[in-house]
Amino acid sequence: MQLQIQGLTRRFGDFVANDAIDLTIEPGEIHCLLGENGAGKSTLMNMLYGLLEPSEGQILLDGEPVTFASPKDAINAGIGMVHQHFMLVPVFTVAENVMLGREGGPVLNRGAAAQRVRDLSDRYGLRVDPKALVEDIPVGVQQRVEILKALANDAKVLILDEPTAVLTPQEIDELMGIMRELKAQGTSIIFITHKLREVKAVGDRISVIRRGKIVGTAEPTATEAELAEMMVGRAVKLTVDKDAAEVGAPVLEARNITIIDPRGHEVVKDVSFEARAGEVLGIAGVQGNGQTELIKSLLGLIRPSAGEIMLDGDDIGRYGPRRSLEAGIGYIPEDRSHDGYVSSFSVRENLVLDLYRSPEFSNGPALKLAEIERNADDRIQEFDIRTTSRETPVGSLSGGNQQKVVVAREFSRPLKVLIASQPTRGVDVGSIEFIHKRIIAERDRGTAVIIVSTELDEIFALADRIAVMYDGRIVDTVSPDIEREQIGLLMAGAGGAEGGAA
Amino acid sequence: MSTTTTVTASEKPVRDRTDKLRQIKLVVAFGIVWVLVLMMALSIDNSQVLFLNADELSKEHQPEPFNGLRLVWIGFAIVSIALVVAVINRIPRNGWAMLIHVAVGLSFYAAFTVWYYADQTAAVEAWITNPLPSMVKYCPPLVLGALAGVVCERAGVINIAIEAQLLMGAFFGAVVSALAYSNGVGMIAASLAGVVVALMLGLFSLRYHVDQVVVGVVLIALALGLTTFLRGQIPTEQENAHLNTLLSDSPDPLTPIEIPGLSSIPVLGRALFNQSILVYLALLAPFLVWFLLYQTRWGLRVRAVGEHPKAADTVGIRVNRVRWQAILFGGALAGLGGAFYTVGSSGSFNDNAANGQGFMALAAVIMGRWHPVGATMAALFFALTAAMKDDFGLVTKVPSELIAIAPYLATLIAVAGFVGRVRPPAADGQPYVKD
Repeated sequence: MQLQIQGLTRRFGDFVANDAIDLTIEPGEIHCLLGENGAGKSTLMNMLYGLLEPSEGQILLDGEPVTFASPKDAINAGIGMVHQHFMLVPVFTVAENVMLGREGGPVLNRGAAAQRVRDLSDRYGLRVDPKALVEDIPVGVQQRVEILKALANDAKVLILDEPTAVLTPQEIDELMGIMRELKAQGTSIIFITHKLREVKAVGDRISVIRRGKIVGTAEPTATEAELAEMMVGRAVKLTVDKDAAEVGAPVLEARNITIIDPRGHEVVKDVSFEARAGEVLGIAGVQGNGQTELIKSLLGLIRPSAGEIMLDGDDIGRYGPRRSLEAGIGYIPEDRSHDGYVSSFSVRENLVLDLYRSPEFSNGPALKLAEIERNADDRIQEFDIRTTSRETPVGSLSGGNQQKVVVAREFSRPLKVLIASQPTRGVDVGSIEFIHKRIIAERDRGTAVIIVSTELDEIFALADRIAVMYDGRIVDTVSPDIEREQIGLLMAGAGGAEGGAA
Repeated sequence: MSTTTTVTASEKPVRDRTDKLRQIKLVVAFGIVWVLVLMMALSIDNSQVLFLNADELSKEHQPEPFNGLRLVWIGFAIVSIALVVAVINRIPRNGWAMLIHVAVGLSFYAAFTVWYYADQTAAVEAWITNPLPSMVKYCPPLVLGALAGVVCERAGVINIAIEAQLLMGAFFGAVVSALAYSNGVGMIAASLAGVVVALMLGLFSLRYHVDQVVVGVVLIALALGLTTFLRGQIPTEQENAHLNTLLSDSPDPLTPIEIPGLSSIPVLGRALFNQSILVYLALLAPFLVWFLLYQTRWGLRVRAVGEHPKAADTVGIRVNRVRWQAILFGGALAGLGGAFYTVGSSGSFNDNAANGQGFMALAAVIMGRWHPVGATMAALFFALTAAMKDDFGLVTKVPSELIAIAPYLATLIAVAGFVGRVRPPAADGQPYVKD
């Protein structure tokens, strides 16, 4: 089935998210859609899938114009989508998730549904247990369930929206194998990503989207630098300049941290490490292997069930975030919109969110408003925060600038330890460069830096030492000159200090 | 690589704070029960109490004396074992824990009952009766109300307004059954009254995205005021005899239908097989709701929109339509439950007939962990405490006011103390808005 998009436009108020997009997906090809976060990839796909109505333009299937009022229309027309955030009901089994929406009769036939899952997984080589609960299976397998869901609908065109964000390098290879298999069986695939390596590995054709427009197409033979330049609109440096670390004494020491989550699962298991002055410790691992909880416990947001967090000889794990912040921990949270800023507050207010108590900005109960304004102006300038004024609500800034607000605030007091979790998630390439540079500068000032990232590129770019987490444990601590494949194996739980447990 | 054994050091179990808290909670609770049961056992002078194994006193059925003190000591032994198990933290974390709780609860219940009826000083001695028949008799509003809550919340709509649905069902059940002079029609009307409340709930919460808890509370206030007002508008016999007869002369309330054979099963027979049609409906409803939720297409979709509405949307399910269906069905169930207060018992409507049982049904939803069978069990437990209040009115060993608050106290302890951390449907109370 040939899918054609002609002049598709979508506006949100004055903002043009997609501007007259033309695109043709030939049958049986893997068409990559490359673009930065916020470039308009997801908007385009949501229109293709009937979740958004186009403002202008049309979609043609085999030359016939079609309109999708709801996902149901798109599904019936043979379009399947694997969303970036999985659309799976966690408390349902795999079979129930696959059958949802096409149960085939008023009374459920779970046996037939399980059989259908088995048939499909045999045919396409997607191994899943139809009776397993989705919340119990790893993300990689959950993704297979998503693909199965689409295939169960006889999808001819499969849209994969940032499918590799949650996968280990090995799982990514596996996914690419599946994509090639699907292609061989005649399914067209639209592969949305911002990772250059993947596009080159699997794509037949590459379209690059920037600020809502298709800015060009490229062959997979193009170099990464060329692709990056098309994507960003200017030449970008893909590496971070840094000198060798001047490692000092240990500053923060985690000893035998164990965390049990509210559901009673042990999510962090007996983790010990130390962060040393002037060094970047990278914590690598696939999402959901305990990094989130570990980092929160370092700041005192979660009290560990066992273990100690020593900063300057004091167990700060017992107190709480305020004490930890005052002790000199800087924190860039994983989910900035949730923990990083108050979106309806202005840039000025957000820049003193954890500083207003200091004598610099307050006098007893009264705030020194002039000081706070001056601080805002200084930070906006220093960190190149693109905002119309200091009074603009942070929620209306772009992701990169929101993150700069958080970074600017955390860097504006003396730090002993900087904890940055996914510091560049959802941030444009320009801001990524900037934030990376600031983090390295902070390291060179003698701060102990802990970076948590699921993006291996980021870990490799910044870290002086890499701790790999899998299933709540640090399976190994390695130096950044390790091979990519090797660290991928560690992230998947194989090898390292505890091979038997995997 | 697999030869290393670095993990062994960490295999020593780490105790979570919640686990310690649970142990403390259990030890304290079992300890209090233990002390109370011991005190009761020691304070009984005359070990004989009377027990009647029938609905009423008759020639064949006379209260028989039995050694109640022995029963108290048996209960004491059970509580002691449970206490020891709790102290050494060996209470399992699965379904067996529930069994232990039930055993302790029953021991306390038995001990309290025996103690309550022992050593009577009045001229005529009161006797213990089987509490199960009256528990089941009282259960329709609680069970049907709880099921209504389960269906709504499984679809992702918080239904605080069960109380309102019960009240409206009670009132309109009474009026319509009088108008039509038919209990059947009255029950249908009660059900529809519940649906009307659900319509309002749906209108505000699904269409206008008003906070569902607020809507629910407002609906309760509205139903309470409206039914009281409307009852006041029914003319007295002096004012308008014709209209009075038309609106408040209802048919005889529902009578028990005895199922021959089954009703003579000891202990359970009279409870389960000699009840009114409304009670039978209430007893069948959990099975119906379970089947609908877990074995049908509709149920799968209801649970999907309550857990992850967006996922349901992306496979072409209309989220709000399914939610509407669920809350309207729930409204019908709760409204029917409300019929118990009028059609099912006295025939006429009293102000505030539901008297907070809608809230107890809501508690049963949570205690039953949003599962129809669990919620029914919890509702039956609350019905038992309500039945106790009636049964215990004859003796005044404990002030009757204290007995009257027992159900609420039991609810509080059960919900706050022992339900623990439960997981409601993930999208419970969140309106679904497409972006």
